[in-house]
Amino acid sequence: MRDVAVIGIGCTKFGEWWDRSFRNLFVEAGVKAIEDANLAGEQIDAMYVGNMSAGRFIEQEHIGALIADYAGLASEHIPSTRVEAACASGGLAFREAVISVASGMSDIVVAAGVEKMTDVDTSLSTDALAGAADREWEGFTGATFPGLYAMIANDYIHRYGLTREQLAQVAVKNHYNGARNPIAQFQKEITLDTVTNSTLVADPLRLFDCSPITDGAAAVVVAPLEVARKFTDTPIKVLATAQASDTIALHDRRDISTLDASVAAGNRAFQTAGLERKDIDFVEVHDCFTIAEICAIEDLGFCKKGEAGKFTEEGATALDGQIPVNTSGGLKSCGHPVGATGIKQVCEAVLQLRGEAGKRQVDGAEIGMTHNVGGTGATVAAHIFGRT
Amino acid sequence: MSVPRFWRKIPQRYNLEGTHCETCGRYFYPPRNLCPECRREGTIVNHTFKGVGKVVTYSVIRTASDQFSALTPYVLAIVELEEGPRLTTQLVCSPEEVKIGMPVKAVFRKIGTEGESGVIYYGTKFAPM
Repeated sequence: MRDVAVIGIGCTKFGEWWDRSFRNLFVEAGVKAIEDANLAGEQIDAMYVGNMSAGRFIEQEHIGALIADYAGLASEHIPSTRVEAACASGGLAFREAVISVASGMSDIVVAAGVEKMTDVDTSLSTDALAGAADREWEGFTGATFPGLYAMIANDYIHRYGLTREQLAQVAVKNHYNGARNPIAQFQKEITLDTVTNSTLVADPLRLFDCSPITDGAAAVVVAPLEVARKFTDTPIKVLATAQASDTIALHDRRDISTLDASVAAGNRAFQTAGLERKDIDFVEVHDCFTIAEICAIEDLGFCKKGEAGKFTEEGATALDGQIPVNTSGGLKSCGHPVGATGIKQVCEAVLQLRGEAGKRQVDGAEIGMTHNVGGTGATVAAHIFGRT
Repeated sequence: MSVPRFWRKIPQRYNLEGTHCETCGRYFYPPRNLCPECRREGTIVNHTFKGVGKVVTYSVIRTASDQFSALTPYVLAIVELEEGPRLTTQLVCSPEEVKIGMPVKAVFRKIGTEGESGVIYYGTKFAPM
């Protein structure tokens, strides 16, 4: 297998884009990534696009071809493939692009992610997102997506103890970081009171425990490491790509508040990269809800099970902490355009490793990790990146 | 959910009919036709569950999709049946009443309707014992 590097990144600002379309968003992200990589469109060999539910959100399927077409590449007839794994669609699209280059099948590949969620009302988007879980045996009974994560939270609280303030601190920390990220949906700091006084959505989760509904797109370009310097002075090496799956329904898991797929994908990634937890300088984890970040940092091995609340409260996951978590603001503050999130995480890792993360730069970042979850943990993608 | 999609699962939804692997002894609800333990070596037969269990975890849903919004706030839970398997269900009790570990039993209830004039979906919820 060949070594692979990220040679270009591009991201739209995340937010509620009433005046912009699905096509408009992904074209902006794609063009930015291609410009960043100093490429011409005809040099692209293949595209992979992460998208969860354009069928529900904009009543459009056949996204692979649509994107290639509106990216101006229809005349090149490049293979363009949509990848779907709910909220992990972006992470899996990236992984497919990496595999395609590593295998020698392609040289220059674009991995993109896009979601346009605000063209439907909250009720329809809630219903579409519930499709990330088991529709027949969870959704049918009235299980919402926040409701499923709320059940993880109550299980966690019952078994390990976790204070309301510890959980809220995840959101406060991510908003602090998001306030320093020009593409974030909410560039505003919040206090513990903002979280604990917000509306209950699904007990114990309140509005500020939840990631928002977001429109946005992100794209990256990958190439063989051996030619990467022809395109950029700062190629970022993909040190590991890993993926794992688990039961689709939360009730069938071995342990309600451990995402075994996170554990498996994390272990595989560390094994591939030949690295230990202490080697990681920062990590972008999938905080679709505050409790998800608590579980993620434990499941990836950055602290022991049951200790993530204290770990967060003590500032270990802050920008200047032992292991900065979600420097982008995470899904909570940066926003969560479902299919784009996994690619945005890669963009953030690349910015940090290039030293281009501005006010949220982690000093001397050499190695970073991303963690992207589909559903309540039925799919997880984990990647590790390093400076070259 | 379309009518045929609901209709073909009526025995499972009305009567807690799941499956049982005679090879390894495991019980499945929701039903599985392939045992994850024995796979092709497994022998799967139907099994009707007693409908008795306990609450593993729960939440109170305050914001729901259109189909369930009239019911809010309602209690959603994962229940572990006496025979072993776990399922997701609504609980027929108040948000103040629910506790982890609480014993519950299956009750036949209306779950929802298909639009304003569509078919009514019935199924199983659980109530405190």
